[in-house]
Amino acid sequence: MFALAGVGLNVMFGYTGLLNFGHVGSLLVGGYGTAITVNLGGSLWLGILVGMTAAVVLGLVYGLPTLRLREDYLAIVTIAAAEILRLLTRSSALEPLTQGVFGIQKFADEFYELNPFPRGSYGIWRITWDANTLWAIVVGWLVVALSVWFVWALTRAPWGRVLKAIREDEDAARSLGKNVFGYKLQSLAIGGAIGSLAGIFFAVQTQSVNPDSFQPLFTFLAYAVVILGGPGRVLGPVVGSILFWFLLSFTEAILRQAVSAGFIPDWLLNAQEVAAVRWILVGLGLMLLMTYRPQGLFGSREETLIDAR
Amino acid sequence: MPAELLADTQPVPGVPKPDPVLVADGVNRHFGGLVAVDIDHLEVQRGAITGLIGPNGAGKTTLFNLLTGFDTPNGGTWAFSGRALAGLPAYRVARLGMVRTFQLTKALMRLTLMENMKLGATGQSGESAIGALLPWRWRQQEKEIEARAEVLLERFTLADMRDEFAGTLSGGQRKLLELARALMVEPALIMLDEPMAGVNPALTESLLVHIKGLRDEGMSVVFIEHDMDVIMDISDWIVVMAEGKLIAEGRPADVAANPAVIDAYLGRHHGEAATPGLGTGAVGERPDEDGDG
Repeated sequence: MFALAGVGLNVMFGYTGLLNFGHVGSLLVGGYGTAITVNLGGSLWLGILVGMTAAVVLGLVYGLPTLRLREDYLAIVTIAAAEILRLLTRSSALEPLTQGVFGIQKFADEFYELNPFPRGSYGIWRITWDANTLWAIVVGWLVVALSVWFVWALTRAPWGRVLKAIREDEDAARSLGKNVFGYKLQSLAIGGAIGSLAGIFFAVQTQSVNPDSFQPLFTFLAYAVVILGGPGRVLGPVVGSILFWFLLSFTEAILRQAVSAGFIPDWLLNAQEVAAVRWILVGLGLMLLMTYRPQGLFGSREETLIDAR
Repeated sequence: MPAELLADTQPVPGVPKPDPVLVADGVNRHFGGLVAVDIDHLEVQRGAITGLIGPNGAGKTTLFNLLTGFDTPNGGTWAFSGRALAGLPAYRVARLGMVRTFQLTKALMRLTLMENMKLGATGQSGESAIGALLPWRWRQQEKEIEARAEVLLERFTLADMRDEFAGTLSGGQRKLLELARALMVEPALIMLDEPMAGVNPALTESLLVHIKGLRDEGMSVVFIEHDMDVIMDISDWIVVMAEGKLIAEGRPADVAANPAVIDAYLGRHHGEAATPGLGTGAVGERPDEDGDG
């Protein structure tokens, strides 16, 4: 899910240089678009289509009024828009549609009916999944691979070159006959559509959507993922997300073991505090990475050293 | 050739040219109470090098911005090769063949020289999102563009650095790159905003040769410059602005002798000691950045 969200964000931020702080909004409309459609009697596939379309529309709505302004306005508008969307889905006025704070559950049975894996437990070494989880994981990574391929195909083409030119200097792109506004809209729409896939996948996998899963924090975690992997690199966000989760669960596992084995005295850290401390460590890791490898894992050192203006 | 074409043209502001490529009428731009540009009538001769000069703050860059669609005037009409441009966005103006460069060079730093160049080509089918997914349709075109870029890079002595990031170039090389990139658009009229600013004398010399070469190929050139030696050397025609207005026009010799021009540079409101004297061939300082617009 983070990988997908990161891939979408990378199109906007890494390639076009657009600061979209409301990326979670695309996830929300994706997830809710799917859930509501199914709830109203549509099929899941129609729901996914609706969710993606809604995210494209959302991208255009973000862009149309703000893209002619300076880029910081886009950041402000998008973060506000994503919050408005979240609060709207929570609100009692829309409860018949969104079921308010309780969210919508059990709408993805169609997805699991397609599960080709027989019931049972699958796993490598000591990590095991049940058949449904395995199915979700497989499909999830397929979707990631597909969207990565899509972004790769787009960005290696002249289209991607124009996006990068806009990131560097939009006036220069304009002076060479490129419709900067149009390209930014396309970037927002495509980034939004890929982001919505993340929302849809999350919704389908957990069989539930809930307004509070779509907190603004998520957008910033997605930025962390993109920056970790190296913005403007096709595989960057995928690797970034793997690393991000690795950091999170690895530090947690180590700390828990250390606490229970008594290596860390109880007054310093107890089992309940581990969850909070691992975020601190992840933050520390991010800071170290930014200091010693500011280009991200995949970025080129040379590229970051060049002052963009 | 262009000099002869303009031989019979009277050196008065707003004079009609035998074959104008660009005609502006009543173009004006206010910033609050300040009148930045107010041009009654201006014609630019096709196939000639037109120098646009004027003291700092005369509105030269603003005029460039207005004519190329980067800024919107408060009023007026202007036409490029007979096509009215008012209200057209900058990218459309560029596609019509009227391309500009910038005073503060806009090399695309984190793109290689080759990518910079290829960006300049217009009408690329791979630049639409759908076209981009059909590589077999843009591969051939990409090769042709690359060949064209190669020739231009060679001509501007940048070919050795084709795969370097533009950000690694020196200031002067960036100017060359920007000029070469603008040529990828295959413009009929190229508008250069201080192409020599901050460029060392040797490079200035080669830029001059390049600009003359463009004219000899039939391109029209308009350029803003502060270095009087340069202006007098390569301009076929000089247009002088001060305080947003056209105050003089003419061949280099006419302008150098024009008392209104000397006034604008040295006289009344503009007491800048460093401004070069006209016609004496003296070189003043070359500000990298002036306060136009």
